[in-house]
Amino acid sequence: MKTLLSTISFENLASSLDSYLSKLLPAGIALLAVEMIIAGVCLLAFLVVLCFFLGYLERKVAGHMQMRHGPNRVGPAGSMQIVADTVKLLMKEGLTPNSADKFLFNLGPMIVVATSMMAIAPLAFAKNFQLWNISIGVLYVSSISSLAVIGILVAGWSSYNKYSLLGAMRSGAQIVSYELSVGLSLVAIVIFSGSLNLNDIVESQSNGWWLFKGHLPALIAFVIFIIASTAEINRAPFDLAEAEQELTAGFHTEYAGMKFAMFLLAEYINLFIVSAIAATVFLGGWMPLHLGNWEVFNHIMDFIPSSLWFFGKTFGIIFVIMWFRWTFPRLRIDQLLNLEWKYLLPISMVNIIAVTLITIMHWHF
Amino acid sequence: MNYSIMEAITEKIITTDLPEGQFEINMGPQHPSTHGVLHLKIRLEGEKIIHIEPVLGYIHRSIEKMCEKLSYRQFILITSRMDYLSAHINNTACALVVEKGLGLEIPERAKAIRILMAELTRLASHQLWWGCTGLDLGAVSPFFFAFREREEIITIMEETCGARLTQNYSVPGGVMYDLHPTFVGSVKKIIQQMKNNFHEYEELLGGNIIFQERTKGVGYLSKADAISFGCSGPMARASGVSCDVRKWFPYDGYEKLAFEEILDEGGDCWARYNVRLKEMKQSIAIIEQLIDNIPEGDFQAKTKNVLKLPKGEFYQRVETARGELGVYIVSEGGTSPYRCKFRSPNFSNLSAIPEMAKGGKIGDLVAIMATVDLVIPDIDR
Repeated sequence: MKTLLSTISFENLASSLDSYLSKLLPAGIALLAVEMIIAGVCLLAFLVVLCFFLGYLERKVAGHMQMRHGPNRVGPAGSMQIVADTVKLLMKEGLTPNSADKFLFNLGPMIVVATSMMAIAPLAFAKNFQLWNISIGVLYVSSISSLAVIGILVAGWSSYNKYSLLGAMRSGAQIVSYELSVGLSLVAIVIFSGSLNLNDIVESQSNGWWLFKGHLPALIAFVIFIIASTAEINRAPFDLAEAEQELTAGFHTEYAGMKFAMFLLAEYINLFIVSAIAATVFLGGWMPLHLGNWEVFNHIMDFIPSSLWFFGKTFGIIFVIMWFRWTFPRLRIDQLLNLEWKYLLPISMVNIIAVTLITIMHWHF
Repeated sequence: MNYSIMEAITEKIITTDLPEGQFEINMGPQHPSTHGVLHLKIRLEGEKIIHIEPVLGYIHRSIEKMCEKLSYRQFILITSRMDYLSAHINNTACALVVEKGLGLEIPERAKAIRILMAELTRLASHQLWWGCTGLDLGAVSPFFFAFREREEIITIMEETCGARLTQNYSVPGGVMYDLHPTFVGSVKKIIQQMKNNFHEYEELLGGNIIFQERTKGVGYLSKADAISFGCSGPMARASGVSCDVRKWFPYDGYEKLAFEEILDEGGDCWARYNVRLKEMKQSIAIIEQLIDNIPEGDFQAKTKNVLKLPKGEFYQRVETARGELGVYIVSEGGTSPYRCKFRSPNFSNLSAIPEMAKGGKIGDLVAIMATVDLVIPDIDR
């Protein structure tokens, strides 16, 4: 039973695939290339399916929060609606405005998508299942995800549209500011666990998640992380860069067809990434829920595959972020910056001191 | 003449000599938050608004000129297309002015029906405003909560007079048809539903800290400015100007009903929001007083087939959901008006927006436009 569940949870999938391939191919460049291609194709397929699912989930969540059904016509329970929409976007003309800077205009969406795809590399989806076990995982994710702002600025600038430019400028100010809080709240857990490696951080939570082990500072860091990362991925109530009612569509006003779909794709991948990071760092990633000395309970929890733990936690956080979007009004630009510089950042800094103190004194569990 | 009107307009709209760091942006005529074809030419410095110039005329249909060719029965119908969210109240204003000219006394039942329908219209209009205010400030869900009750009211309208928005229910002498037998029951049902759900309105949008931050102290309009711009309706009352036509110049028997005129001294978007929410409660109170006491009798007074107003000038004002609507008719004794002029509330309310939004951000302008509650076809007519 345990082996069966382990197979489902990908724990040994990667290693068995690797040993199978090394029997077929000689070791060296060829093996590496084949493995990289397999990993890349799997990742792309996973991301597309993930975005379809997140798009469907968002519409259903929105529908039920607004006393309606959401999509329910195409396919079973409307699940194929998002596929139909994607086909529509594929067939649309990818219009480029006459006065736009054509090279930058086409480059913008690429940068945005590429950066969000790169950020997925160090995530641990299950036990021993990771694309890239890099020793500075946390640092890597936070630095790669801050590159996305360049894509947004490029897109807004090259569109030759004042609304786009305003959206891009807002987005620049917003992402650069909220980066700090995201970074500092991650640093809190890095101090607790003493490692930048995402795998080590997960391992350090084998006797309890940092959210519970780290007392109040960990909780504060978690809340700040959720708020700041919602702002960093431009989602409501911080969606000022695309603020429909103010800037029509902000930085992607001039984009149509697949180029527009790229921004949508990137938005959902980013949503997944920040939720996955929050789940990994604060909620123990693929680590099952273990409670103190409850041997039986802990043993039962171990039976649930590690990938289910990871995706369960991630989608829980994704739901919360979607909940924000369909409940809150949007902030104004100056209120947005005030929130970061006057509240979140000072709180994060004091929080870091508290975390350091707790770690030095070994007060955490 | 080489200098055409078109050239004059373009020259006025396109200005090139802007100071360093400032730029102009056109909000509208196609924009998600102008609720129609309003065109605002905004001069910005970064996000800060330096100057706003409304550009009108995109939906001008010359309704006032058309009225000169239509009979006194027909001209009521096109007024539904001015402020389409207060269509019944517009119709009533025109019917009242014709009745005033004819010296016609209309049955009590017709008066009660008109008030009931007018207050239902006001409720429906304020609900749409509440939903759209949420939408403009970025909260999508309130819209659906607002439409839950609005749909019921619109269904009652459809049941009563066959139309959902452009009712054309008031005619000179009363109303067009008698009430539907289920009218009283459905109105009582929707009133109860609204009372049960009202706390959701206050919690979902008004109780939200972000919404309060976005509206408190934003778009301030002083009492003196409200008077000098000729503002009326909830917008002027939020600045402390007592201007409810139902209180000052009662018509249709509003003087017999007990209701309050809601006043607020705030003058900002938050005050306007609160005034409208409280007005909804007053409308409910008015409907509750009347719904069990609709007098028996005729729903329409006997009138001639062809109406002719005596020579003279006639004016009637009513309180629509957005403010004071005045209908001014000059008659030469014929079957249609010699001149017809509408004093529409939205036109005056719009004129205050540049003053209110000066120095604010783009987000503030959206909040101001949302709480002023403009209906563009009423501005251009």
